[in-house]
Amino acid sequence: MRDHSRAGAVNWLYAAPAMLVMAVVGLLPIGYTFGLAGEYHRLALDTRFWPVVRTTLSLTAVTVALELVLGLAVALVLWSPFPGRGLARAAVLIPWALPTAVMAMAWRWIFNADSGVMGDLLFRLGLVASPQVPWLADATSAFWAIVLADVWKTTPFMAVLLMSGLAAIPDELYEAAALDGAGPVRRFLVVTLPLLKPTIVVAVIFRAIQTFGLFDLVFVLTGGGPGGRTQTIAVYAYDVVFRYQELAYGCALVVAMALCLVLMTGLMLGAARGGSGR
Amino acid sequence: MRSTLRGRALFALAVAAVAAWSLAPFLWQAITSLKPAAEVAAVPVRYWPSVLDFSSYAQVFKARPFATYIWNSFVVGVGTTALTTALGVCAAYAFSRLGLPGGRAALIGILGLSLFPGTVLIVPLKMLATKAGLLNTRTGLVIAYTALNLPFAIWVLKAFFDRLPRDVEEAAWLDGLSRWQTLWRIVLPLSAPAVATTAILVFIFSWNEFLIAQTLVSRDAARTVPVGIAMLSGVTVYEVPWGQIAAAVVVTTLPVVAMVLAFQRRIVEGLTAGAVKG
Repeated sequence: MRDHSRAGAVNWLYAAPAMLVMAVVGLLPIGYTFGLAGEYHRLALDTRFWPVVRTTLSLTAVTVALELVLGLAVALVLWSPFPGRGLARAAVLIPWALPTAVMAMAWRWIFNADSGVMGDLLFRLGLVASPQVPWLADATSAFWAIVLADVWKTTPFMAVLLMSGLAAIPDELYEAAALDGAGPVRRFLVVTLPLLKPTIVVAVIFRAIQTFGLFDLVFVLTGGGPGGRTQTIAVYAYDVVFRYQELAYGCALVVAMALCLVLMTGLMLGAARGGSGR
Repeated sequence: MRSTLRGRALFALAVAAVAAWSLAPFLWQAITSLKPAAEVAAVPVRYWPSVLDFSSYAQVFKARPFATYIWNSFVVGVGTTALTTALGVCAAYAFSRLGLPGGRAALIGILGLSLFPGTVLIVPLKMLATKAGLLNTRTGLVIAYTALNLPFAIWVLKAFFDRLPRDVEEAAWLDGLSRWQTLWRIVLPLSAPAVATTAILVFIFSWNEFLIAQTLVSRDAARTVPVGIAMLSGVTVYEVPWGQIAAAVVVTTLPVVAMVLAFQRRIVEGLTAGAVKG
């Protein structure tokens, strides 16, 4: 008790080592990125910049939307107890836990033009004309390959968050809705969705931030190709800095990315607030 | 819904579908890794090897420094986990219990910092590592990963400490134990589950990290597995050794799969505490 009232500032010593590491290796480099950035005028002239922003935004919108729908479905299936649920949950978590860059290689093999299993499977189903499909050589199909790999990887995370939200909904509400004659679909729309909304907002914003900064999956799966047309801002900035050695402009791209990120998060938070105000 | 036989069968089907979708890319790598070299890239695709052949595994360990990569990943993972957990426990305890002036603001700052993608700091981080002589070292990776994982560790551990009853600690103080002794002898044993959860998740993050490992390490001596695998390639681009890559992917991901199977419940708790609390 005496410990709470007195010597509060001295207690910072407990947190000091952690704060120091985060300041020197986290905060300082972020600040320094802003310091290194320059040649901002090139952003306006760069014909690559806006296509890259558009790709990043499309990727974010499409993957997060798909993840939300699939994650919700998975959460609803795995939420209530049943024999073997632990094992099923573990199986579902595996994509999230596996290294993204490593699994990106696995996806490259699945989407391989000559002997990839994706082409063969879709050919057997009669959906493509030949089992040899150069998925990653075409900008549109390469984009969808990234979407598929990212949705596969991150749906479990969405599902876990949504399950925690589902667990917080009291059973009585479902019972009351059932007594009022509401079927399962109506119960979902009237009870589950509205009460899950805060969790959905947090999960969607969190995932949107992560997808917006996506690097490793794209870098390894498509290398940003074909012809740079699946580059995200992160991959493009990395190329500008480490391949073309244009430090100042590369950092300007990173700063632009960070600002877009803050703007996007602000807009999403605003939309969520406005939506619940009504 | 699950009361009727048909409902139950549908439910079992849904669970099976979710599990199959989650495991398919990994299983395909496992099958590929066990094929004889001639069948790996066979056209049409062979869905099962004619004989189980382990030569891809022998190759990847013999012809490439893959064992070194695994050892590096392991050392970096253990180092990061130990350092992050030690610093994180002290800091989280201070934030939860010791009434730090400005603690709330610092916590929110930490959270905000952790939301930025790694791209925001890699350029200065590389300069910093070069200056400190930590380029191409495992120590450099451990320090960087610790900084990146501390926000998550502090938030999860703080969420747990907040739920611990205070009476035990107050009794310990009355018995004359110092704050430091209380933390180590009383609080830490009670928090073993939360510390274990944090350690598991931090190890997985570290094992999987790609961008920083790719930026700070350019020599085999300190290279970690994800970068090593992404760089596996043949003499020419047309000669990618897919069998060896598949073997490498399986060896790399198997420890993570085992961890998920063993600690599924803890991982779900940790993710929930880390993300939703924020």
